[in-house]
Amino acid sequence: MIRRPGNPTILPAAPLAPPAVRSRAARGLAVAAAQGRFALQVCAACGRTQYPPRDACVACLGAQLDWRDVPNGGVLTAATIVRISTDPYFRQHTPWRMGSVRLDCGVDAMAHVHGKCRPGARVRMALKLDKAGQGVMLALPEADANPMQSDPKLREFTCDPAGRRVLVTDGRTAFGQAAARALIAAGAEVFLGIAAAWNPFPGQNDLPGTPIALDLTDGISVQNAAAAIAARTDIIVNTAGYFRPGAGDARAAMDASYFAASRLAQMFLPALRARAGDGTHPACAWVNMIGINGLVPDPGAPLASAVNAATLALVRALRPEMRPLKLINAFVGQLDDQWHQALPPPKTSPTQFAQAVVAALRNGDEEIAVGDLARHTLAQWYDNHAITLHA
Amino acid sequence: MSSLAAFAADLATGKLKIVDLTQTLSPDFPTIVLPPQFGQCAPFRMEVISRYDDAGPGWFWHNISVGEHTGTHFDAPVHWVTGKDLPNNTTDTLVVQNLIAPACVVDCSKDAANNGDYLLTVATLEAWEAKHGKIPAGNWVLFRSDWSKRQGAEYANVLEDGAHTPGPDAAAVQWLVDRGVLGFGVETIGTDAGQAHTFAPMYPAHTLMHGAGRYGLQCLCNLDQLPATGAMIVAAPLKILGGSGSPLRVLAIVPA
Repeated sequence: MIRRPGNPTILPAAPLAPPAVRSRAARGLAVAAAQGRFALQVCAACGRTQYPPRDACVACLGAQLDWRDVPNGGVLTAATIVRISTDPYFRQHTPWRMGSVRLDCGVDAMAHVHGKCRPGARVRMALKLDKAGQGVMLALPEADANPMQSDPKLREFTCDPAGRRVLVTDGRTAFGQAAARALIAAGAEVFLGIAAAWNPFPGQNDLPGTPIALDLTDGISVQNAAAAIAARTDIIVNTAGYFRPGAGDARAAMDASYFAASRLAQMFLPALRARAGDGTHPACAWVNMIGINGLVPDPGAPLASAVNAATLALVRALRPEMRPLKLINAFVGQLDDQWHQALPPPKTSPTQFAQAVVAALRNGDEEIAVGDLARHTLAQWYDNHAITLHA
Repeated sequence: MSSLAAFAADLATGKLKIVDLTQTLSPDFPTIVLPPQFGQCAPFRMEVISRYDDAGPGWFWHNISVGEHTGTHFDAPVHWVTGKDLPNNTTDTLVVQNLIAPACVVDCSKDAANNGDYLLTVATLEAWEAKHGKIPAGNWVLFRSDWSKRQGAEYANVLEDGAHTPGPDAAAVQWLVDRGVLGFGVETIGTDAGQAHTFAPMYPAHTLMHGAGRYGLQCLCNLDQLPATGAMIVAAPLKILGGSGSPLRVLAIVPA
């Protein structure tokens, strides 16, 4: 989709979000949507799939309704176009296509509908996070249609990097460089942050994107970079942080991760959020590379566990305030880098990370795990937080 | 007229002038880089406490953080293991009489400015003495390389095998120690050459100077404005309890 420059002499479209009030049960949709899963409640007693989410089974009144991945196929039984709405967000986005879908798993659902879906045809259902962070149903054509990503409904739920300007914060590492390359390949324009340019680093003679002086441990540097590009940045991919095994300089580690994220949030996010409804390519996401040890502490990396936990708590606490921007946490296991040379695989490689970030942006996922170790740990954590404390 | 009154008069009339030998303390000024498994010297950082705003409506100030060896800085003898047990070896116990002292400036800029592997040798020092006289005990010896005129990567000059910046060889340092110099000052990030980890002994300017209770000054500038002899150096580090050094303002008083 071609980026059309906005008109700077008129007020930009406000960063609005759809209604956010949901029942406690319905938040399970967001949990699944954030991971790119299609999960609904299934009754433990009679096996009936439920939708919309509720507290007791529609068939047997059973009270144990477990969130399980269910088949996502269905038929679009009817579609319509909403032209008038009382809600400011939908008024900004009408006409809006809605439809009714009968799912193979036995439920009927009202859903947002991709423009390429025809009534009577089979569809793929997806759970997506809307701009308010709620999990919602989206009907997609059974096979990828062309154009797929440019559909205006799909774009409301995703953060396709094509045509967007992305700041990758730490170009000194292989992870930052790989992310920049993958984003450019996906059609983005990339600013690549370089700290302490006077100190050489691997890959410096073949950097992707446009280098910009940015040292997240230095508030003045972040301020200068924000002054230069925050008003033109649509996505931030923060690859800075602290991912080393063992002990270390705790103050420096906090500075490189927690305070770095805090400075980014203070100096970049207001400008991004202000443009989160504007133009053909609104600002849409803040991605953080975070050690999975921030979720489940790793005895082999106590300092990294502590600082990643701090960073994770900060960015998650900011999430509601950031809407309609998405906060994407890309959890990584042990990195495939010099600091982990004594440890055996599995490790998270720069390419793996880069591809996962591009995929998460395209899908609109908000909580992803990169690599086997992070995937396994995240799955365990979702399954039962408490048990991960005694692993 | 007392000598101090004469001094004040000479300053007032401009017969004497002050040359600032100090680099600006800023976040992006290069600091020493040790192998990553070792602890690192913190770069200079500053954060606004208030700026005539809700955090302080009528006043403006910063909190700063910095390593003892960041920017233009002073090395006290305790900085090196060889000087760890000497008397008066920390920033708070230094003999204050030493903090104002004359300097001999050895100008090697012609050969060193474009050569990161330039080494100051005894032969160069002897040639300097032949021209300017014997280096008196208690003087600073300042090594002019003109590297302070470089910036950023050019200044740090870190290559694949580490930094390549000019400095003294081991014999030259021993020779200076034997002359009884007060200390050794340079324009580069360290008093030692960038490749001094390959010397014997390693880091002679640190090992031998500090082992003899002498001082170091790093990241100086404007040495090109100093005479070969006759400049007075004011170099007083912060009085940090047990400190190994500190950033400081270094001033030279020279005949106009």
